[in-house]
Amino acid sequence: MGRAKIARKSTAVDMTAMCDVAFLLLSFFILTTKFKPPEILQVTTPKSVQTKAADQKNIVWITMDKGGAVYFSISDDASDEKRTVIDEVNTAKALGLTDAEKKAFLRSGSFVGVPFSQLKSFLQQPTAKLASIKMPGIPVTDTLNNEMVVWMNAAVKAFGGTKMNILVKGDNEAKFPSFKGVLDAFKKTDQLKFQMITDQEGVPPGTDLYKKQHGPRTPA
Amino acid sequence: MAEMDTSGGGGHKKGPGVKKSKKLSTRVDLTPMVDLGFLLITFFIFTTTMTQPSSMKLNLPKDTEKEEEQNKVKESAVLSIFLGKDNAVYYYEGTLLPDGTNFKKTNFKDIRKVIIDKKRSTNPADFVVLIKPAPSSTYRNTVDMLDEMFINDVKRYALLDNLFTIEQQLITQAEGGPSLLDQQKAAQQAAPPAK
Repeated sequence: MGRAKIARKSTAVDMTAMCDVAFLLLSFFILTTKFKPPEILQVTTPKSVQTKAADQKNIVWITMDKGGAVYFSISDDASDEKRTVIDEVNTAKALGLTDAEKKAFLRSGSFVGVPFSQLKSFLQQPTAKLASIKMPGIPVTDTLNNEMVVWMNAAVKAFGGTKMNILVKGDNEAKFPSFKGVLDAFKKTDQLKFQMITDQEGVPPGTDLYKKQHGPRTPA
Repeated sequence: MAEMDTSGGGGHKKGPGVKKSKKLSTRVDLTPMVDLGFLLITFFIFTTTMTQPSSMKLNLPKDTEKEEEQNKVKESAVLSIFLGKDNAVYYYEGTLLPDGTNFKKTNFKDIRKVIIDKKRSTNPADFVVLIKPAPSSTYRNTVDMLDEMFINDVKRYALLDNLFTIEQQLITQAEGGPSLLDQQKAAQQAAPPAK
């Protein structure tokens, strides 16, 4: 070749340090990730522009699935209240639940989706079988026998003075009568404030809300 | 065969017997390891942020019998919206005419314009929207309509679950059922005559 031959140097960078940084970040995220308990109920929630974060503690969950079946559960951090609820329901409806069945109700992530008549046998099922059972849901559509009222009364009594957050998680396709039954139960137990779980959605531009959020535009 | 080949075989071009063993570098290239690390990081970043559900607050009005506590509404400033089957939306402004001529059908996209027009043409202090979902509507319709209230900054609205008979009949007519007159005739025949 010509005289001006440049000494060839290696262009490979030592990646050891980069690897260390990557694994440090990874460890941070592994330790700070909270895993959701596996959902037995598959619910697609509707979208909404209202984006406040939902509360995380002392939650009473009312879930409505696609077919309109209504399920009731309480968040795991309120285990004392859970115990009171199942005791209350037991005495109110004279179900004769054994201690083992009550314990099944206290399981992490447990929920109820059956009428009171089937509650005893439902609580006898092991967790592994729950996903495969087809649950009819708590009956709410009959105004004379809205079982959700009993559950809500028990929850109100259990939570006593502490603030109870009611979260309604409904599927897109759930028909209105189920929701109406749930609203009736709330009205009867005087629980007038509740929240509905929704997916986030952007505010459409040009609407009043958009103008409110982004301030009035300066006139051209 | 005469010597143990411990160098990994690289550099041997000829078969055994060639005594030349090249010293190889023991350094491993860590670039793919870094790729793996970042892949796992992105996975955890995305799954951590997804555990926060967002929610929409709703307050129900107290069901009260007392006349003075009930909210008074001026009938002409009311927009009544109905939610029907298959994402259909019906509405009428003010009071419903007996023959149902001001009962109109629309969909979720156009209802926003209707709400905006009605809002502009009425006194903000009087403007009320009544949302009445029919049993054939879905939960999503209700949430979308409540969303519309929020998007259009409607200050007073109510979610009611009892539809008047004539409203139900109009919805049935719009969904392809018997006409309003036929339904009214059938209802009169079914109920025993008053006198």
